[in-house]
Amino acid sequence: MNDPTTALVPAPTLAAITGSGVLQLLIYLAVLLALVKPLGWFMARVLEGKAGEAPLGLGRALGWLERGIYALGGVRTDGERRPVETGWKPYAAGILIFNAIGFIAVYALQRLQHVLPANPAGLGAVEARSAFNTAVSFATNTNWQGYGGETTMSYLTQMLGLGVQNFLSAATGIAVLAALIRGLARKSSSTIGNCWVDLTRSTLYILLPLSAVLALALVSQGVVQTFRGPQEVALAVPLSTADGAVVTTQTIPLGPAASQIAIKQLGTNGGGFFNVNSAHPLENPTALSDFLQVLAILVIPAALCWTFGEMVRDRRQGWAVLAAMLAIFVPLLFATYALEAGGNPRVQAIVGVDGESATAPDALIGNMEGKEARFGIAGSARWAATTTAASNGSVNSMHDSYTPLGGLVPMWLMQLGEVVFGGVGSGLYGMLMFVIVAVFVAGLMVGRAPEYLGKKIEPFEMKMAMVCVLVPCAIVLVGTAVAVLIPEGYTTSNPGPHGFSQILYAFSSAGNNNGSAFAGLTANTPFYNIALGLAMWFSRFWIIVPVLAVAGSLAAKRVSPTTSGTLPTHTPVFVLMLVAVVVIVGALTFVPALALGPVVEHLQLVGK
Amino acid sequence: MLTHLRPALILFAILTLITGVVYPFAITGIAQVAFVGKANGSIVTDAAGKPIGSALIGQEFGTSDPASAPGLVKWFWGRPSATGPVPYTALNLATGTGSSGSNLAPTNPALIDSVKARLAALDAADASVGIVRVAPDSTSRATAVPVDLVTASASGLDPHISPAAAEYQVPRVAKARGLTEDAVRDLVRQHTQGRALGVLGEPVVNVLVLNQALDHTSR
Repeated sequence: MNDPTTALVPAPTLAAITGSGVLQLLIYLAVLLALVKPLGWFMARVLEGKAGEAPLGLGRALGWLERGIYALGGVRTDGERRPVETGWKPYAAGILIFNAIGFIAVYALQRLQHVLPANPAGLGAVEARSAFNTAVSFATNTNWQGYGGETTMSYLTQMLGLGVQNFLSAATGIAVLAALIRGLARKSSSTIGNCWVDLTRSTLYILLPLSAVLALALVSQGVVQTFRGPQEVALAVPLSTADGAVVTTQTIPLGPAASQIAIKQLGTNGGGFFNVNSAHPLENPTALSDFLQVLAILVIPAALCWTFGEMVRDRRQGWAVLAAMLAIFVPLLFATYALEAGGNPRVQAIVGVDGESATAPDALIGNMEGKEARFGIAGSARWAATTTAASNGSVNSMHDSYTPLGGLVPMWLMQLGEVVFGGVGSGLYGMLMFVIVAVFVAGLMVGRAPEYLGKKIEPFEMKMAMVCVLVPCAIVLVGTAVAVLIPEGYTTSNPGPHGFSQILYAFSSAGNNNGSAFAGLTANTPFYNIALGLAMWFSRFWIIVPVLAVAGSLAAKRVSPTTSGTLPTHTPVFVLMLVAVVVIVGALTFVPALALGPVVEHLQLVGK
Repeated sequence: MLTHLRPALILFAILTLITGVVYPFAITGIAQVAFVGKANGSIVTDAAGKPIGSALIGQEFGTSDPASAPGLVKWFWGRPSATGPVPYTALNLATGTGSSGSNLAPTNPALIDSVKARLAALDAADASVGIVRVAPDSTSRATAVPVDLVTASASGLDPHISPAAAEYQVPRVAKARGLTEDAVRDLVRQHTQGRALGVLGEPVVNVLVLNQALDHTSR
């Protein structure tokens, strides 16, 4: 058919990128980097401090609480109030038991919420398999959500179950990272820290104060924070439903949202209070609340790089890792923006694109399906890249409706193993596993024994690092393969290759503890609840245990003196090497799968 | 193993109390004093004190069939909404529905059908007050349609449209209400919010608030 309207449509071009959009991305990066040093310094002081002591007056304010917890819990400190430390095995056992308790608590709260208080909407118990999935999801810092918050979870479940796990799963990430850093920093040591002390101090001194500040800032923008039940309001215009009933009111959901949203972002959890997460106007009402939230997603993972440099007494090492993360993140951030700004050619063919309105400064140009007007293309794309670079998984736009390649980028950022910033703690300990691989590969290339920070990298470390690198890859690909082979997997909402993308995205998200979704996939089914639940559990703890094993093994090693033959790990050459290892593993593993989904869809979209 | 159970349980219990009870209650306490309107959903009331909406949650003003609902052409229309059972359903416990996007893929024929239907509705609304967008001898449009008027928002509750999308509707609203276009345009300008701090986000118009102001003007 010869449709004259198509004559008006230019091919999607980079012209759709606006100066204000680029400026918003640049401001974001600048503010983020400005916070790396002060926050990184602060976190290093917290992780190295004595019991009851913390900088910025926090020790005076909360130190009694910390010491009280140790006294009641039987956590021992020595005469100088230094915690009595353990080796990696007791440390790992403590972390696993602590997280198992968290899992049980969240499961029980969901199953019993109908008989518990703080349930003004009168919601029933959550179905068993959905409750299993959600309990794993929040215990593993994933926050994959098969349910809709406002219609499923009571205020008590949100606060006491989900909100608490937002803190504790993030503290778990920081603790494991702290143990690994100590393993790298120490010589001939049999201990890597005390898990109870690391968990307590991360929660009390890092996550809690930051969350309180952010929560109040969000309320000032209009995020709700109340224990009142839903509020009914009159509609300006009555509506009629398909079966003829007339609707004259709108019910506004409320709840203690701001306190939970603050930690959902800071702890890279991402679980929304409401169904559409941070796209919901009561969860993310303004461009300023959006900026604060998207900043909160990356600020701790980025600053931990500085903490790392500080704790190994060589800040250049922290900068090198941060540089590698930025080298991958920044191009993909701008790519997502450009691809979404380019828009959907099929929609453009209908609405027309003419010179006049395309250049109107206040028009929204690009793929606006599934995006909010107040965030526009730049704000939405910035969030999509950030939330998948970090293992956050909250969304302020619907990734399912992204252009094929615009949606490929977030998916691939997850598939890289959530090491480009990644989760709080987990991103950096994952990246340090890649560093071990990179050091090993570089050692092979130049024919020297591989070393990192003076520690010899031997077969044991290499095996553990490879487990950490390969477990998520295997979970994603095997899970996707199983889902497409059985009828239970086909709960997709979109036809063709995009349906496959929905399944691949789900396992990429669960298998890397991200939690975002191509949300059209109906995932609240027995198959997906169980399959994704197992994927989240294994991808979290089958990495934590090997990481701690590496920490223990490295701590026990002697430090070999630096010689002219030592490969420096703070130089641009090494940064490039590290980037190459991460990208090559991610590309080799996932390009075939991505070709079947987003790439085919893209060819369909631009072809005839 | 058992030596770990005591610290694990104690830590879990106390940290749950702090982060799950003390923290949200403290934030709620401060919020209810410092930001009482915003903490409770930014509810807007009429002169009699009856709640008539949230300043942050959009309402449905459009129609797919102006012949059956001729009264709707006098309103500014907001973003299309993919919520059920009716557009802009923020919470419906009976059907278990609330905020939602369409989640339609860019290649999904259903997306293209909805965009076409929304465009036809806009054209029909314009035609009902005598505005011609597409000349009868042509299929090309005089002006492009702002894309936010024909694509569903992420939340299904988006309270805003772009100023360009408001401008597109100014002639229709003015004709339907017997106002001059400049009078309506002025009102739109008054209700346009610029970027936060001059740089963040996009300029937007709050549709519900604009329509409420419009009713005051033309009453």
